[in-house]
Amino acid sequence: MRIVVASGKGGTGKTTVATSLAQVAAERDAVRFLDCDVETPNAALFLHPRLDVHRDVGIRVPRVDPQTCNACGTCAEICRFNAIAVVGETTLVFDDLCHGCGSCTWMCPEQAITEHLLVTGSIDSGTTPDGIAFARGMMNVGQAMGMPILRELKKSSPALSPTMTVPPRRTLEIRDAPPGASCPVVETMRGADFVLFVTEPTPFGLHDLKQVAAIARELGLPAGVVINRDGIGDAAVDAYCVESDLPILLRIPMDRRIAEAIAAGSTLVEANLDDRHRFRALLERILAEVTV
Amino acid sequence: MKQLVILSGKGGTGKTSVVAAFAHLASAGPFAGQVILADADVDAANLELVLHPKRLDTEPFRGGEVAVIDEDQCVQCGDCESICRFDAIVETDAGWIVDPVACEGCAACVHQCPTASIAMQEQTVGEYAYSDSLYGPLHHAHLYPGQESSGKLVTEVRQRACRQALDEQRPLVLIDGPPGIGCPVIAAVSGADLALLVTEPTVAGLQDLRRALQTLRHFGVPALVCINKADVYPVGAQGIDAYCRANGIDTVARVPFDPSVPGAMVAGAAVTAYRPDAPASLALSAVWQQVVAVLAKDLPGAAPAATVGDAARNNPD
Amino acid sequence: MNVAISIAGQTPDAPFDARFGRAESFCVVDTDTGAWTFHANPALSASGGAGVLAAQFIARLGAQAVVSGAYGPKAHRTLSAARIECFLAPGNEARSAAEILDAFNSGRLTPADDATHGGHHGD
Repeated sequence: MRIVVASGKGGTGKTTVATSLAQVAAERDAVRFLDCDVETPNAALFLHPRLDVHRDVGIRVPRVDPQTCNACGTCAEICRFNAIAVVGETTLVFDDLCHGCGSCTWMCPEQAITEHLLVTGSIDSGTTPDGIAFARGMMNVGQAMGMPILRELKKSSPALSPTMTVPPRRTLEIRDAPPGASCPVVETMRGADFVLFVTEPTPFGLHDLKQVAAIARELGLPAGVVINRDGIGDAAVDAYCVESDLPILLRIPMDRRIAEAIAAGSTLVEANLDDRHRFRALLERILAEVTV
Repeated sequence: MKQLVILSGKGGTGKTSVVAAFAHLASAGPFAGQVILADADVDAANLELVLHPKRLDTEPFRGGEVAVIDEDQCVQCGDCESICRFDAIVETDAGWIVDPVACEGCAACVHQCPTASIAMQEQTVGEYAYSDSLYGPLHHAHLYPGQESSGKLVTEVRQRACRQALDEQRPLVLIDGPPGIGCPVIAAVSGADLALLVTEPTVAGLQDLRRALQTLRHFGVPALVCINKADVYPVGAQGIDAYCRANGIDTVARVPFDPSVPGAMVAGAAVTAYRPDAPASLALSAVWQQVVAVLAKDLPGAAPAATVGDAARNNPD
Repeated sequence: MNVAISIAGQTPDAPFDARFGRAESFCVVDTDTGAWTFHANPALSASGGAGVLAAQFIARLGAQAVVSGAYGPKAHRTLSAARIECFLAPGNEARSAAEILDAFNSGRLTPADDATHGGHHGD
């Protein structure tokens, strides 16, 4: 069972909800947590995993053997990203344009191209004090493409903790999505079973919610909504949810104390014990929505 | 002509509310009639919810090409699936198809297909728009949900805004940047004259601010920092101050938490126009004055740090 | 020698285009014979690496020198590898290809020994 927590608009409380949900789930279930916001991952600040496994990831970029290369120009011709240039007898490779597709390597008639890993980020994984198996993708500063890191992260599957005293009821994976509504969000949702949208009741929150809701609909994924900072705006998000058949599964009121606790690095369920019950109920509602 | 880009790293820190306030403030002072606006947050384009643009021109935006399999010619060998590194070839009951969202547009499958059944097709992935708004000409765009290459669309929006500024000799382009630090952000900041980072005093805000500042440094763009909702967690605000001081960055201002900000958003107005005397409005006016002062000085471009990216650019072999 | 100039049009009167990778067209002038040819820039529609593509195009056209307003690091590296000399003409004054050629012939243009800017991203 894989749950994606997404929002469209940034800063609506995606990570706050995802980490709290993971903590209550870990009471009874085996939980994996993937921080898929590879540009600005923050979940570790709240879940405090011991990240003891580090792996460099990136893309496979071509290297041309100048001895074997006869500058025929095939590679430059087929590269859709203009990452290889052949001028005169010289073949030049531009790593920062390469997408790592492998076409040049396969198509080189002289087999003069080999590939090596260009590191563009890393995946760190480990276990949190709550026994959550945690993994996070992190893109290196200055890089443009987060997708290769995200794809690796989804395959990484951090080892589940063997420390549970009772056998887990279920195995859950919770993915904290990046903001926005472009392809990294789609990639985060691909292969998931449910999408939980965290939004705020403002025109900005609604505008961006519509964007991500369209992606979940396109992928045929069931979804529900958490309204965070309930009370700051208007009722337009409520109306949209009714009209689009999106169940509102939880409302978190606007409360300065909550804002302060989160600012300091607490999760919601740590800041307010009552929230534990509310998040347990949220988890059960999500599971019920999926099995309908 | 100067380009000012408003960024945040972390989303939801109030970037667009700051841009809207700046657009409003600029429309009154010495910059009246002098500013071009650009919304570079193309997958969450919210600036128009405040600026109420009247569209003058809309054009389709074509992204990269994606592969399409001709099902009549396809012999279902699956070669394409095995070579695709982007998991974009998917088996369905009807045979192999290309998932257009996962497709990177590399055409590796086109070259490998033994029956030449795969072709590349251009895609319309969004639209670019030019509008007349409450506070000046606005260049903006919408990326359709789930699409790729927003960096290219951001570049397009920015180039058009700059071209108009040059043609009409307007001295300032005000850019609402995207969150994060990847391709769209790089497209929004590279070559800009100044970036104002809007952050919040939270552990997550600081962590993302660091990454955003490193990115700006990498591309040699000078930065100022503004702490929004600074009073919510004073300890966090102090931490940001300390970090900025240690890195030689001016923390221009603190903006207090103020319900007028979401109030203005709901009213579809810039907070400085909605409640000019609200605490956030007064603070933002002060920030704007400081930003104008910095822009007025001829900014020496910060020297880009030598990093992995530069090394890769200059010395790939 | 053959010199290529980035221009916006297909005649000697066409205005100079200060962009290299995204120039609308290039003209190639044989300074010995005075013969002009005009070529649409195939890199104009490239989604990335326009400078690299345009540089290879110029090399195939047989240019030994090029005049434009700015060169990114990848374009400059490709042009250098092709042993094409890069010259800079200021892009802020409207001038025709013919005027640029005059400036080139009289040695009034500055050579660009290095890239003039840090390169674009996402374009």
